Amino acid sequence: MNASAGRLSLWLLLTPFLLWIVLLVLVPHLQMLRVSFQVRESWDTLAWGLEQYQNFFTESYYWRTFVRTGVMSLFTTFLTLLIAFPIAWYIARLARGRAKGLLFLACLVPFWASELVRTYGWMILLRESGLFSSWLQALGWADGPVEMLYNDVAVIIGLVYNGLLFMVVPLVTTLDGMDENLVEAGYDLGGNHLTVLREVVVPWAMPGIVSGCIVVFMLTLGSYLTPILMGGKDSAWFTEQIFTQFITRFNWEQGAALGVLLLVLSSLIVWLGLKLSGQSLRKVMG
Amino acid sequence: MIRSVPRSRWFDGLYLAYLVAFFVYLALPLTVTAVFAFNDAPFPSLPWKGFTLDWYLADGSGGRTGLFHDDTLLSALWVSTKIAFWVTVGSVALGCVNAVLFERLEFRGKEFLYLLMLLPLVIPGVILGVSILVFYSGMANDASRLWGIELDVFRPGMTLVVMGQVTFIATLATLVIAARLRKFDRQLEEAALNLGATPVVAWFTVTLPWLMPSIFGAAAMAFLMSFENFNTTVMLTGSDTPLTVALFNRLREGSTPVLNAVALLLMVGSALLAVMAMGRSRDNA
Repeated sequence: MNASAGRLSLWLLLTPFLLWIVLLVLVPHLQMLRVSFQVRESWDTLAWGLEQYQNFFTESYYWRTFVRTGVMSLFTTFLTLLIAFPIAWYIARLARGRAKGLLFLACLVPFWASELVRTYGWMILLRESGLFSSWLQALGWADGPVEMLYNDVAVIIGLVYNGLLFMVVPLVTTLDGMDENLVEAGYDLGGNHLTVLREVVVPWAMPGIVSGCIVVFMLTLGSYLTPILMGGKDSAWFTEQIFTQFITRFNWEQGAALGVLLLVLSSLIVWLGLKLSGQSLRKVMG
Repeated sequence: MIRSVPRSRWFDGLYLAYLVAFFVYLALPLTVTAVFAFNDAPFPSLPWKGFTLDWYLADGSGGRTGLFHDDTLLSALWVSTKIAFWVTVGSVALGCVNAVLFERLEFRGKEFLYLLMLLPLVIPGVILGVSILVFYSGMANDASRLWGIELDVFRPGMTLVVMGQVTFIATLATLVIAARLRKFDRQLEEAALNLGATPVVAWFTVTLPWLMPSIFGAAAMAFLMSFENFNTTVMLTGSDTPLTVALFNRLREGSTPVLNAVALLLMVGSALLAVMAMGRSRDNA
Protein backbone atom coordinates (compact mmCIF):
# COMPACT_ATOMS: atom_id res chain seq x y z
CA MET A 1 0.00 0.00 0.00
CA ASN A 2 1.38 3.41 -0.86
CA ALA A 3 1.16 6.44 1.39
CA SER A 4 -1.89 8.12 -0.14
CA ALA A 5 -3.94 4.90 -0.06
CA GLY A 6 -2.91 4.53 3.57
CA ARG A 7 -4.08 8.04 4.34
CA LEU A 8 -7.34 7.43 2.55
CA SER A 9 -8.12 4.26 4.50
CA LEU A 10 -7.18 5.99 7.73
CA TRP A 11 -9.66 8.78 7.05
CA LEU A 12 -12.35 6.35 5.90
CA LEU A 13 -12.07 4.52 9.22
CA LEU A 14 -11.58 7.62 11.31
CA THR A 15 -14.66 9.44 10.01
CA PRO A 16 -17.36 7.18 11.53
CA PHE A 17 -15.45 7.11 14.79
CA LEU A 18 -15.16 10.89 14.95
CA LEU A 19 -18.81 11.40 13.97
CA TRP A 20 -19.87 9.08 16.78
CA ILE A 21 -17.62 10.56 19.46
CA VAL A 22 -18.15 14.19 18.47
CA LEU A 23 -21.87 14.16 17.69
CA LEU A 24 -23.06 11.75 20.37
CA VAL A 25 -20.62 12.29 23.21
CA LEU A 26 -18.55 15.48 23.12
CA VAL A 27 -20.93 18.07 21.67
CA PRO A 28 -24.00 16.99 23.71
CA HIS A 29 -21.99 17.07 26.92
CA LEU A 30 -20.52 20.49 26.15
CA GLN A 31 -24.00 21.75 25.39
CA MET A 32 -25.23 20.35 28.69
CA LEU A 33 -22.41 22.21 30.43
CA ARG A 34 -23.35 25.42 28.59
CA VAL A 35 -27.04 25.13 29.42
CA SER A 36 -26.21 24.59 33.09
CA PHE A 37 -24.70 28.09 33.19
CA GLN A 38 -27.65 29.77 31.50
CA VAL A 39 -30.23 31.58 33.56
CA ARG A 40 -33.67 32.09 32.10
CA GLU A 41 -34.71 35.72 32.59
CA SER A 42 -37.92 35.60 30.62
CA TRP A 43 -39.40 33.13 28.15
CA ASP A 44 -36.91 33.98 25.40
CA THR A 45 -33.99 35.77 27.01
CA LEU A 46 -31.08 34.04 28.64
CA ALA A 47 -28.14 35.29 30.64
CA TRP A 48 -25.02 33.64 31.96
CA GLY A 49 -25.01 32.88 35.61
CA LEU A 50 -24.48 30.43 38.42
CA GLU A 51 -28.04 30.40 39.70
CA GLN A 52 -28.54 26.66 39.17
CA TYR A 53 -25.37 25.82 41.06
CA GLN A 54 -26.32 28.22 43.85
CA ASN A 55 -29.65 26.44 44.11
CA PHE A 56 -27.82 23.19 44.53
CA PHE A 57 -25.76 24.45 47.46
CA THR A 58 -28.50 26.45 49.17
CA GLU A 59 -31.29 23.90 48.94
CA SER A 60 -30.20 21.25 51.38
CA TYR A 61 -32.46 18.68 49.72
CA TYR A 62 -30.27 18.69 46.61
CA TRP A 63 -26.85 18.33 48.17
CA ARG A 64 -28.03 15.98 50.88
CA THR A 65 -29.34 13.60 48.23
CA PHE A 66 -26.12 14.11 46.27
CA VAL A 67 -23.92 13.15 49.23
CA ARG A 68 -26.24 10.29 50.17
CA THR A 69 -26.16 8.88 46.64
CA GLY A 70 -22.37 9.09 46.54
CA VAL A 71 -21.84 7.49 49.94
CA MET A 72 -24.38 4.73 49.37
CA SER A 73 -22.83 3.97 45.96
CA LEU A 74 -19.37 3.66 47.51
CA PHE A 75 -20.72 1.43 50.25
CA THR A 76 -22.58 -0.74 47.73
CA THR A 77 -19.43 -1.09 45.62
CA PHE A 78 -17.38 -2.14 48.63
CA LEU A 79 -20.03 -4.62 49.76
CA THR A 80 -20.28 -6.08 46.25
CA LEU A 81 -16.52 -6.59 46.22
CA LEU A 82 -16.60 -8.36 49.60
CA ILE A 83 -19.45 -10.64 48.52
CA ALA A 84 -18.06 -11.38 45.06
CA PHE A 85 -14.44 -12.06 45.98
CA PRO A 86 -14.86 -15.48 47.66
CA ILE A 87 -17.17 -16.54 44.82
CA ALA A 88 -14.69 -15.45 42.16
CA TRP A 89 -11.90 -17.15 44.09
CA TYR A 90 -13.84 -20.40 44.20
CA ILE A 91 -14.69 -20.30 40.50
CA ALA A 92 -11.18 -19.33 39.43
CA ARG A 93 -9.05 -21.46 41.77
CA LEU A 94 -10.98 -24.21 43.52
CA ALA A 95 -13.68 -25.44 41.13
CA ARG A 96 -12.59 -27.84 38.40
CA GLY A 97 -13.73 -28.75 34.89
CA ARG A 98 -17.48 -28.73 34.35
CA ALA A 99 -18.29 -27.31 37.77
CA LYS A 100 -16.17 -24.28 36.99
CA GLY A 101 -18.01 -23.52 33.75
CA LEU A 102 -21.41 -24.17 35.28
CA LEU A 103 -20.82 -21.94 38.31
CA PHE A 104 -19.57 -19.15 36.08
CA LEU A 105 -22.63 -19.55 33.87
CA ALA A 106 -24.87 -19.46 36.96
CA CYS A 107 -23.42 -16.03 37.75
CA LEU A 108 -24.19 -14.82 34.24
CA VAL A 109 -27.78 -16.06 33.97
CA PRO A 110 -29.53 -13.45 36.15
CA PHE A 111 -28.10 -10.72 33.96
CA TRP A 112 -29.91 -11.91 30.91
CA ALA A 113 -32.97 -10.46 32.65
CA SER A 114 -33.26 -6.69 32.71
CA GLU A 115 -32.75 -4.54 35.78
CA LEU A 116 -36.49 -3.95 35.88
CA VAL A 117 -37.23 -7.68 36.05
CA ARG A 118 -34.62 -8.23 38.77
CA THR A 119 -35.98 -5.36 40.83
CA TYR A 120 -39.49 -6.63 40.37
CA GLY A 121 -38.40 -10.04 41.68
CA TRP A 122 -37.06 -8.43 44.83
CA MET A 123 -40.28 -6.48 45.27
CA ILE A 124 -42.29 -9.70 45.17
CA LEU A 125 -40.01 -11.17 47.83
CA LEU A 126 -39.68 -8.25 50.21
CA ARG A 127 -42.95 -6.36 50.26
CA GLU A 128 -45.59 -6.59 52.97
CA SER A 129 -47.65 -9.15 51.07
CA GLY A 130 -44.47 -10.74 49.78
CA LEU A 131 -42.93 -14.15 50.14
CA PHE A 132 -40.53 -13.48 53.00
CA SER A 133 -43.34 -11.95 55.00
CA SER A 134 -45.60 -14.97 54.32
CA TRP A 135 -42.82 -17.41 55.20
CA LEU A 136 -42.05 -15.62 58.46
CA GLN A 137 -45.71 -15.78 59.42
CA ALA A 138 -45.99 -19.44 58.42
CA LEU A 139 -42.98 -20.25 60.59
CA GLY A 140 -44.56 -18.37 63.46
CA TRP A 141 -41.70 -15.86 63.69
CA ALA A 142 -43.94 -12.91 62.92
CA ASP A 143 -47.47 -12.16 64.06
CA GLY A 144 -48.53 -10.01 61.17
CA PRO A 145 -47.28 -8.96 57.72
CA VAL A 146 -43.75 -7.56 57.78
CA GLU A 147 -42.78 -4.75 55.42
CA MET A 148 -39.21 -5.25 54.26
CA LEU A 149 -39.37 -3.11 51.14
CA TYR A 150 -39.08 0.69 50.96
CA ASN A 151 -36.01 1.19 53.11
CA ASP A 152 -32.28 1.64 52.56
CA VAL A 153 -31.40 -1.97 53.30
CA ALA A 154 -33.75 -3.12 50.55
CA VAL A 155 -32.18 -0.61 48.15
CA ILE A 156 -28.69 -1.89 48.94
CA ILE A 157 -29.76 -5.53 48.53
CA GLY A 158 -31.11 -4.66 45.09
CA LEU A 159 -28.09 -2.57 44.09
CA VAL A 160 -25.59 -5.23 45.16
CA TYR A 161 -27.60 -7.79 43.21
CA ASN A 162 -27.42 -5.60 40.10
CA GLY A 163 -23.69 -5.11 40.42
CA LEU A 164 -22.52 -8.65 41.21
CA LEU A 165 -21.92 -9.86 37.67
CA PHE A 166 -19.78 -6.86 36.82
CA MET A 167 -17.63 -7.62 39.84
CA VAL A 168 -17.44 -11.42 39.47
CA VAL A 169 -16.38 -11.48 35.81
CA PRO A 170 -13.27 -9.23 36.01
CA LEU A 171 -12.24 -10.88 39.30
CA VAL A 172 -12.48 -14.39 37.83
CA THR A 173 -10.55 -13.26 34.77
CA THR A 174 -7.61 -11.85 36.75
CA LEU A 175 -7.57 -14.59 39.41
CA ASP A 176 -7.63 -17.25 36.70
CA GLY A 177 -4.29 -16.03 35.39
CA MET A 178 -2.57 -16.12 38.77
CA ASP A 179 0.31 -18.54 39.32
CA GLU A 180 -0.42 -20.74 42.34
CA ASN A 181 3.29 -20.99 43.05
CA LEU A 182 3.12 -17.39 44.20
CA VAL A 183 0.57 -18.31 46.85
CA GLU A 184 2.51 -21.39 47.90
CA ALA A 185 5.69 -19.33 48.13
CA GLY A 186 3.81 -16.90 50.36
CA TYR A 187 2.89 -19.72 52.76
CA ASP A 188 6.37 -21.27 52.57
CA LEU A 189 7.89 -17.99 53.61
CA GLY A 190 5.81 -18.14 56.76
CA GLY A 191 2.81 -16.03 55.79
CA ASN A 192 -0.58 -16.80 57.27
CA HIS A 193 -3.87 -16.58 55.32
CA LEU A 194 -4.21 -12.87 55.93
CA THR A 195 -0.70 -11.84 54.92
CA VAL A 196 -0.82 -14.01 51.79
CA LEU A 197 -4.15 -12.45 50.87
CA ARG A 198 -2.85 -8.95 51.47
CA GLU A 199 0.64 -9.27 50.03
CA VAL A 200 0.14 -11.71 47.15
CA VAL A 201 -3.46 -12.21 46.07
CA VAL A 202 -4.86 -8.69 46.30
CA PRO A 203 -1.94 -7.00 44.48
CA TRP A 204 -2.23 -9.59 41.72
CA ALA A 205 -6.00 -9.14 41.41
CA MET A 206 -5.79 -5.33 41.52
CA PRO A 207 -6.64 -4.68 37.85
CA GLY A 208 -9.74 -6.87 38.20
CA ILE A 209 -10.71 -5.29 41.50
CA VAL A 210 -10.38 -1.77 40.11
CA SER A 211 -12.22 -2.55 36.91
CA GLY A 212 -15.05 -4.29 38.79
CA CYS A 213 -15.30 -1.46 41.31
CA ILE A 214 -15.41 1.22 38.62
CA VAL A 215 -18.17 -0.48 36.68
CA VAL A 216 -20.23 -1.31 39.78
CA PHE A 217 -19.82 2.20 41.15
CA MET A 218 -20.89 3.78 37.84
CA LEU A 219 -23.90 1.49 37.56
CA THR A 220 -24.95 2.14 41.13
CA LEU A 221 -24.48 5.88 41.02
CA GLY A 222 -26.42 6.13 37.79
CA SER A 223 -29.12 3.64 38.68
CA TYR A 224 -32.68 4.82 38.73
CA LEU A 225 -35.07 1.87 38.86
CA THR A 226 -33.79 0.13 41.98
CA PRO A 227 -33.72 3.15 44.34
CA ILE A 228 -37.08 4.42 43.03
CA LEU A 229 -38.93 1.14 43.21
CA MET A 230 -37.33 -0.31 46.34
CA GLY A 231 -36.55 2.83 48.31
CA GLY A 232 -38.86 4.55 50.75
CA LYS A 233 -39.92 8.16 51.04
CA ASP A 234 -36.60 9.28 52.51
CA SER A 235 -34.38 7.29 50.18
CA ALA A 236 -34.19 9.74 47.30
CA TRP A 237 -31.57 9.12 44.63
CA PHE A 238 -29.82 11.86 42.68
CA THR A 239 -30.79 10.53 39.25
CA GLU A 240 -34.41 10.89 40.32
CA GLN A 241 -33.92 14.63 40.83
CA ILE A 242 -32.37 14.99 37.40
CA PHE A 243 -35.33 13.16 35.95
CA THR A 244 -37.80 15.34 37.83
CA GLN A 245 -36.19 18.55 36.58
CA PHE A 246 -36.22 17.41 32.97
CA ILE A 247 -39.42 15.47 32.60
CA THR A 248 -41.79 16.80 35.24
CA ARG A 249 -40.72 20.43 35.71
CA PHE A 250 -39.23 21.16 32.28
CA ASN A 251 -36.47 23.03 34.06
CA TRP A 252 -33.65 22.01 31.73
CA GLU A 253 -31.18 24.53 33.11
CA GLN A 254 -31.45 23.13 36.64
CA GLY A 255 -31.49 19.55 35.34
CA ALA A 256 -28.36 20.18 33.27
CA ALA A 257 -26.56 21.61 36.31
CA LEU A 258 -27.48 18.56 38.39
CA GLY A 259 -26.33 16.34 35.51
CA VAL A 260 -22.97 18.10 35.35
CA LEU A 261 -22.55 17.69 39.11
CA LEU A 262 -23.28 13.96 38.91
CA LEU A 263 -20.82 13.61 36.04
CA VAL A 264 -18.14 15.50 37.99
CA LEU A 265 -18.69 13.30 41.04
CA SER A 266 -18.47 10.07 39.07
CA SER A 267 -15.39 11.17 37.08
CA LEU A 268 -13.69 12.35 40.25
CA ILE A 269 -14.23 9.08 42.09
CA VAL A 270 -13.20 6.96 39.09
CA TRP A 271 -10.06 9.09 38.71
CA LEU A 272 -9.27 8.80 42.41
CA GLY A 273 -9.78 5.06 42.30
CA LEU A 274 -7.37 4.74 39.38
CA LYS A 275 -4.77 7.00 41.00
CA LEU A 276 -4.90 5.32 44.42
CA SER A 277 -4.57 1.85 42.93
CA GLY A 278 -1.97 2.90 40.36
CA GLN A 279 -4.00 1.62 37.40
CA SER A 280 -4.87 3.25 34.10
CA LEU A 281 -8.26 3.40 32.45
CA ARG A 282 -6.87 1.68 29.39
CA LYS A 283 -5.56 -1.24 31.41
CA VAL A 284 -8.70 -1.87 33.45
CA MET A 285 -11.32 -1.19 30.74
CA GLY A 286 -9.73 -1.91 27.38
CA MET B 1 -6.41 -21.32 50.33
CA ILE B 2 -5.52 -22.98 47.07
CA ARG B 3 -5.97 -26.70 46.56
CA SER B 4 -2.47 -27.55 47.68
CA VAL B 5 -2.76 -25.68 50.98
CA PRO B 6 -4.48 -27.70 53.73
CA ARG B 7 -7.74 -26.26 54.98
CA SER B 8 -9.66 -27.05 58.12
CA ARG B 9 -12.99 -28.89 57.83
CA TRP B 10 -15.07 -26.18 59.39
CA PHE B 11 -13.58 -23.66 57.00
CA ASP B 12 -14.56 -25.86 54.06
CA GLY B 13 -18.08 -26.26 55.47
CA LEU B 14 -18.43 -22.53 55.96
CA TYR B 15 -17.17 -21.81 52.48
CA LEU B 16 -19.63 -24.29 50.98
CA ALA B 17 -22.51 -22.80 52.96
CA TYR B 18 -21.53 -19.36 51.68
CA LEU B 19 -21.49 -20.58 48.08
CA VAL B 20 -24.93 -22.14 48.45
CA ALA B 21 -26.32 -19.00 50.08
CA PHE B 22 -24.86 -16.89 47.29
CA PHE B 23 -26.43 -18.89 44.49
CA VAL B 24 -29.78 -18.98 46.29
CA TYR B 25 -29.56 -15.18 46.54
CA LEU B 26 -28.86 -15.04 42.80
CA ALA B 27 -31.65 -17.37 41.77
CA LEU B 28 -34.43 -16.43 44.17
CA PRO B 29 -35.85 -13.19 42.68
CA LEU B 30 -35.95 -14.57 39.15
CA THR B 31 -37.43 -17.89 40.21
CA VAL B 32 -40.32 -16.32 42.10
CA THR B 33 -40.97 -13.89 39.26
CA ALA B 34 -41.21 -16.79 36.82
CA VAL B 35 -43.35 -18.98 39.08
CA PHE B 36 -45.94 -16.29 39.81
CA ALA B 37 -46.59 -15.82 36.12
CA PHE B 38 -48.70 -18.97 36.47
CA ASN B 39 -50.49 -18.33 39.77
CA ASP B 40 -54.28 -18.30 39.44
CA ALA B 41 -54.72 -15.13 41.54
CA PRO B 42 -55.03 -11.46 40.61
CA PHE B 43 -51.97 -10.47 42.65
CA PRO B 44 -48.48 -12.02 42.49
CA SER B 45 -48.20 -13.22 46.10
CA LEU B 46 -48.82 -16.28 48.23
CA PRO B 47 -50.95 -18.34 48.76
CA TRP B 48 -50.63 -20.45 45.65
CA LYS B 49 -54.07 -20.74 44.04
CA GLY B 50 -53.26 -23.21 41.29
CA PHE B 51 -51.76 -23.19 37.83
CA THR B 52 -53.17 -21.03 35.02
CA LEU B 53 -52.12 -19.68 31.64
CA ASP B 54 -54.57 -16.76 31.96
CA TRP B 55 -51.79 -14.21 32.33
CA TYR B 56 -50.68 -15.07 28.82
CA LEU B 57 -53.88 -16.10 27.07
CA ALA B 58 -56.95 -14.50 28.73
CA ASP B 59 -58.76 -12.21 26.29
CA GLY B 60 -60.24 -9.78 28.78
CA SER B 61 -63.70 -11.41 28.96
CA GLY B 62 -63.27 -12.78 32.48
CA GLY B 63 -61.84 -9.56 33.88
CA ARG B 64 -58.32 -10.69 33.08
CA THR B 65 -56.27 -9.56 30.12
CA GLY B 66 -53.35 -11.79 29.29
CA LEU B 67 -50.12 -10.58 27.71
CA PHE B 68 -51.04 -11.76 24.21
CA HIS B 69 -54.19 -9.61 24.27
CA ASP B 70 -52.64 -6.59 25.95
CA ASP B 71 -52.21 -4.14 23.08
CA THR B 72 -50.19 -1.60 25.06
CA LEU B 73 -47.56 -4.14 26.04
CA LEU B 74 -47.50 -5.79 22.62
CA SER B 75 -46.93 -2.51 20.81
CA ALA B 76 -44.26 -1.58 23.37
CA LEU B 77 -42.59 -4.92 22.64
CA TRP B 78 -42.60 -4.07 18.94
CA VAL B 79 -41.15 -0.60 19.56
CA SER B 80 -38.36 -2.13 21.65
CA THR B 81 -37.61 -4.65 18.93
CA LYS B 82 -37.30 -1.95 16.27
CA ILE B 83 -35.05 0.14 18.50
CA ALA B 84 -32.88 -2.86 19.38
CA PHE B 85 -32.54 -3.75 15.68
CA TRP B 86 -31.22 -0.33 14.68
CA VAL B 87 -28.99 -0.10 17.74
CA THR B 88 -27.50 -3.49 16.89
CA VAL B 89 -26.85 -2.52 13.27
CA GLY B 90 -25.30 0.81 14.24
CA SER B 91 -23.21 -0.46 17.13
CA VAL B 92 -21.82 -3.51 15.34
CA ALA B 93 -20.93 -1.48 12.23
CA LEU B 94 -19.17 1.12 14.37
CA GLY B 95 -17.55 -1.65 16.39
CA CYS B 96 -16.01 -3.26 13.29
CA VAL B 97 -14.68 0.03 11.97
CA ASN B 98 -13.30 1.07 15.35
CA ALA B 99 -11.69 -2.32 15.94
CA VAL B 100 -9.76 -2.10 12.67
CA LEU B 101 -8.90 1.53 13.36
CA PHE B 102 -7.39 0.81 16.77
CA GLU B 103 -5.89 -2.62 16.15
CA ARG B 104 -4.43 -2.16 12.67
CA LEU B 105 -3.57 1.44 12.02
CA GLU B 106 -0.93 3.63 13.54
CA PHE B 107 -1.58 7.35 13.68
CA ARG B 108 -0.84 10.34 15.83
CA GLY B 109 -3.08 10.78 18.86
CA LYS B 110 -4.20 7.14 18.85
CA GLU B 111 -3.84 6.74 22.63
CA PHE B 112 -5.97 9.83 23.20
CA LEU B 113 -8.67 8.73 20.77
CA TYR B 114 -8.73 5.29 22.41
CA LEU B 115 -9.44 6.93 25.75
CA LEU B 116 -12.21 8.96 24.10
CA MET B 117 -13.61 5.68 22.78
CA LEU B 118 -13.74 4.29 26.34
CA LEU B 119 -15.35 7.46 27.69
CA PRO B 120 -19.02 6.40 27.30
CA LEU B 121 -18.35 3.55 29.74
CA VAL B 122 -17.59 5.94 32.58
CA ILE B 123 -20.54 8.27 32.00
CA PRO B 124 -23.73 7.30 33.85
CA GLY B 125 -26.51 6.25 31.45
CA VAL B 126 -28.86 8.94 32.69
CA ILE B 127 -26.32 11.63 31.79
CA LEU B 128 -25.84 10.20 28.29
CA GLY B 129 -29.58 10.47 27.81
CA VAL B 130 -29.85 13.93 29.30
CA SER B 131 -27.01 15.41 27.25
CA ILE B 132 -28.44 14.10 23.99
CA LEU B 133 -31.87 15.38 24.96
CA VAL B 134 -30.48 18.83 25.78
CA PHE B 135 -28.49 19.12 22.57
CA TYR B 136 -30.78 17.62 19.94
CA SER B 137 -34.16 18.42 21.40
CA GLY B 138 -32.92 21.89 22.29
CA MET B 139 -31.75 22.30 18.69
CA ALA B 140 -35.19 21.28 17.45
CA ASN B 141 -36.80 23.80 19.80
CA ASP B 142 -34.51 26.59 18.66
CA ALA B 143 -34.99 25.79 14.99
CA SER B 144 -38.72 25.88 15.47
CA ARG B 145 -38.68 29.13 17.45
CA LEU B 146 -36.19 31.05 15.33
CA TRP B 147 -36.84 29.85 11.82
CA GLY B 148 -40.09 27.91 12.02
CA ILE B 149 -38.35 24.73 10.84
CA GLU B 150 -39.69 21.57 12.45
CA LEU B 151 -36.93 19.03 13.11
CA ASP B 152 -39.22 16.30 14.40
CA VAL B 153 -36.50 13.63 14.19
CA PHE B 154 -34.77 15.32 17.06
CA ARG B 155 -37.81 15.50 19.29
CA PRO B 156 -37.92 12.78 21.95
CA GLY B 157 -38.75 9.55 20.20
CA MET B 158 -37.30 6.49 18.56
CA THR B 159 -34.45 8.24 16.72
CA LEU B 160 -33.13 9.85 19.87
CA VAL B 161 -33.45 6.59 21.80
CA VAL B 162 -31.42 4.78 19.14
CA MET B 163 -28.79 7.53 19.19
CA GLY B 164 -28.57 7.49 22.98
CA GLN B 165 -28.15 3.73 23.16
CA VAL B 166 -25.62 3.52 20.32
CA THR B 167 -23.47 6.00 22.24
CA PHE B 168 -22.38 3.44 24.83
CA ILE B 169 -23.25 0.11 23.17
CA ALA B 170 -20.84 0.93 20.31
CA THR B 171 -17.98 1.07 22.82
CA LEU B 172 -18.84 -2.39 24.12
CA ALA B 173 -19.14 -3.78 20.58
CA THR B 174 -15.74 -2.27 19.75
CA LEU B 175 -14.10 -3.94 22.75
CA VAL B 176 -15.58 -7.36 21.88
CA ILE B 177 -14.59 -7.24 18.20
CA ALA B 178 -11.16 -5.69 18.84
CA ALA B 179 -10.33 -8.46 21.33
CA ARG B 180 -10.81 -11.06 18.59
CA LEU B 181 -9.02 -9.05 15.91
CA ARG B 182 -6.00 -8.86 18.25
CA LYS B 183 -5.71 -12.67 18.14
CA PHE B 184 -5.80 -12.79 14.35
CA ASP B 185 -2.69 -14.17 12.65
CA ARG B 186 -1.76 -11.49 10.14
CA GLN B 187 0.23 -13.97 8.06
CA LEU B 188 -3.09 -15.37 6.83
CA GLU B 189 -3.96 -12.00 5.37
CA GLU B 190 -0.48 -11.59 3.91
CA ALA B 191 -0.80 -15.01 2.29
CA ALA B 192 -4.02 -13.89 0.61
CA LEU B 193 -2.30 -10.72 -0.60
CA ASN B 194 0.67 -12.72 -1.91
CA LEU B 195 -1.71 -15.00 -3.79
CA GLY B 196 -2.99 -11.96 -5.64
CA ALA B 197 -6.00 -10.83 -3.63
CA THR B 198 -6.63 -7.11 -3.31
CA PRO B 199 -6.75 -5.78 0.27
CA VAL B 200 -10.55 -5.54 0.04
CA VAL B 201 -10.91 -9.14 -1.15
CA ALA B 202 -8.48 -10.33 1.52
CA TRP B 203 -10.52 -8.51 4.15
CA PHE B 204 -13.80 -10.08 3.06
CA THR B 205 -12.50 -13.62 2.49
CA VAL B 206 -9.98 -14.00 5.31
CA THR B 207 -10.32 -11.43 8.09
CA LEU B 208 -14.08 -10.98 8.23
CA PRO B 209 -14.83 -14.73 8.54
CA TRP B 210 -12.35 -14.84 11.41
CA LEU B 211 -14.19 -11.97 13.11
CA MET B 212 -17.65 -13.49 12.55
CA PRO B 213 -18.06 -15.16 15.99
CA SER B 214 -17.21 -11.92 17.75
CA ILE B 215 -19.56 -10.01 15.45
CA PHE B 216 -22.39 -12.38 16.36
CA GLY B 217 -21.47 -12.09 20.02
CA ALA B 218 -21.40 -8.31 19.83
CA ALA B 219 -24.72 -8.26 17.98
CA ALA B 220 -26.44 -10.46 20.58
CA MET B 221 -25.02 -8.35 23.37
CA ALA B 222 -26.05 -5.10 21.66
CA PHE B 223 -29.58 -6.38 21.10
CA LEU B 224 -29.97 -7.49 24.72
CA MET B 225 -28.51 -4.33 26.18
CA SER B 226 -30.69 -2.15 24.00
CA PHE B 227 -33.81 -4.15 24.80
CA GLU B 228 -33.19 -3.96 28.52
CA ASN B 229 -31.92 -0.42 28.78
CA PHE B 230 -33.94 1.91 30.92
CA ASN B 231 -31.79 4.78 32.19
CA THR B 232 -30.83 6.30 28.85
CA THR B 233 -34.09 5.37 27.17
CA VAL B 234 -36.42 6.94 29.70
CA MET B 235 -34.92 10.39 29.08
CA LEU B 236 -35.31 10.21 25.32
CA THR B 237 -38.53 8.34 24.73
CA GLY B 238 -41.51 10.04 23.15
CA SER B 239 -45.05 8.83 22.59
CA ASP B 240 -44.00 5.40 21.29
CA THR B 241 -43.02 3.79 24.57
CA PRO B 242 -40.50 0.93 24.57
CA LEU B 243 -41.16 -2.13 26.72
CA THR B 244 -39.02 -1.35 29.78
CA VAL B 245 -40.62 2.08 30.11
CA ALA B 246 -44.12 0.65 29.60
CA LEU B 247 -43.44 -2.00 32.25
CA PHE B 248 -42.13 0.63 34.64
CA ASN B 249 -45.26 2.73 34.21
CA ARG B 250 -47.41 -0.36 34.73
CA LEU B 251 -45.46 -1.33 37.84
CA ARG B 252 -46.00 2.07 39.42
CA GLU B 253 -49.77 1.56 39.07
CA GLY B 254 -49.51 -1.73 40.96
CA SER B 255 -48.28 -5.18 40.11
CA THR B 256 -50.30 -7.81 38.32
CA PRO B 257 -49.21 -11.28 37.20
CA VAL B 258 -49.16 -9.95 33.61
CA LEU B 259 -45.90 -8.25 34.58
CA ASN B 260 -44.56 -11.62 35.69
CA ALA B 261 -45.67 -13.07 32.38
CA VAL B 262 -43.74 -10.39 30.45
CA ALA B 263 -40.74 -10.81 32.72
CA LEU B 264 -40.63 -14.57 32.13
CA LEU B 265 -41.00 -14.06 28.38
CA LEU B 266 -38.09 -11.61 28.44
CA MET B 267 -35.93 -13.98 30.47
CA VAL B 268 -36.60 -16.87 28.10
CA GLY B 269 -36.02 -14.67 25.06
CA SER B 270 -32.70 -13.32 26.30
CA ALA B 271 -31.55 -16.74 27.48
CA LEU B 272 -32.22 -18.17 24.01
CA LEU B 273 -30.35 -15.31 22.38
CA ALA B 274 -27.43 -15.70 24.77
CA VAL B 275 -27.26 -19.47 24.29
CA MET B 276 -27.37 -19.02 20.51
CA ALA B 277 -24.54 -16.48 20.60
CA MET B 278 -22.47 -18.66 22.92
CA GLY B 279 -23.10 -21.77 20.83
CA ARG B 280 -22.02 -19.96 17.68
CA SER B 281 -18.83 -18.62 19.15
CA ARG B 282 -17.97 -22.09 20.46
CA ASP B 283 -18.46 -23.69 17.01
CA ASN B 284 -16.14 -21.19 15.45
CA ALA B 285 -13.59 -20.86 18.18
